[in-house]
Amino acid sequence: MHELSIATSIVDIAWEQARQQGGGRVTGVTLRIGRLSCVHEDALRSSFDLVTEGTPLAGASLAVIEVPVRIWCGPCNAEFELPGIQRFACPACGHLSGDIRAGRELDLESIQIAPDQIAADTPEAKQPEPS
Amino acid sequence: MIEPRILEVRTKILKKNDELARAMRREFESLGLLVVNMVSSPGTGKTSFLRETLSRLRARGIPVAAVVGDLETDNDARRLAESGAPVRQIMTHGLCHLEADMVQSHLAGWNLADLHYLFIENVGNLVCPTSWDLGESVRLALLSVTEGEDKPLKYPGLFNTADIAAITKTDLAAACEFNRELARANIEAVRPGMRIIETSVKTGAGIDEWFDYLAEKRRALEARTA
Repeated sequence: MHELSIATSIVDIAWEQARQQGGGRVTGVTLRIGRLSCVHEDALRSSFDLVTEGTPLAGASLAVIEVPVRIWCGPCNAEFELPGIQRFACPACGHLSGDIRAGRELDLESIQIAPDQIAADTPEAKQPEPS
Repeated sequence: MIEPRILEVRTKILKKNDELARAMRREFESLGLLVVNMVSSPGTGKTSFLRETLSRLRARGIPVAAVVGDLETDNDARRLAESGAPVRQIMTHGLCHLEADMVQSHLAGWNLADLHYLFIENVGNLVCPTSWDLGESVRLALLSVTEGEDKPLKYPGLFNTADIAAITKTDLAAACEFNRELARANIEAVRPGMRIIETSVKTGAGIDEWFDYLAEKRRALEARTA
């Protein structure tokens, strides 16, 4: 369950970024996960829910952009997307290539920040509900 | 109501580990120390392969050390200590992989400048260690003849991050009806161009080739930092 370590890192970075931006509540994170990164999305979701529980990130959404593997084929002089990760061969000519251009990503792409709830919830800041 | 805003972060999730690992690698390489991260399934024979490596290198007068990751026991460290080399155990207490800071904290007190090679035996697992850089210069993936030729296809992510593959227990190949051509083709499919060595701790097959590879890598590292 290395997804737990990854989820912990996501929370640390998101929290730090929100703080640097002057606070606010992190309501969502978007990741870019390469198909070679060995991350199981369901396991990551469970881990994320687990590590955010009871923190300011509780309930935050988790969006995953899956990144396919792309290799460079020398003979074709072109970059190709691979349908899978079990054969690093050019789909056009069959040449095996170790020149990987994408697919190892394990990135935090963006975070969604809502205005600070604590400030908004204080009696002074609270606006009367429209009746 | 104010809408939530999107903040582009574009940060590597394992940035902290990556940065530490890069700094460690810079230090190791500046000292002429080649660090090898060994990854495989449980039962591939990492510990036997490493014990043989340590014993034989020591017999040649080459200074070596090892750190070994294990979930709960120190059995591997005790087995490796039989080689006479300095060995430290990293007990991960359930964590399925090693991280750079765990390695770093277990090197305290060793004079790294005196060593030529440091081996890190990762936790036996072909998935979780993939994304954690430990500051190594070489990642060795091991596969035994008893595991089946399709292991690289089942775990392409990890094999794809390796620099060299060792097929172990080749003395058992006939008994396992191991198809070496198929195994080599599968490794080549997931990591085209990777060097593959066929080894047996029992017969000593492939060990010299392994040492030649290590020596060549260390020379390259010394040439880079000279």
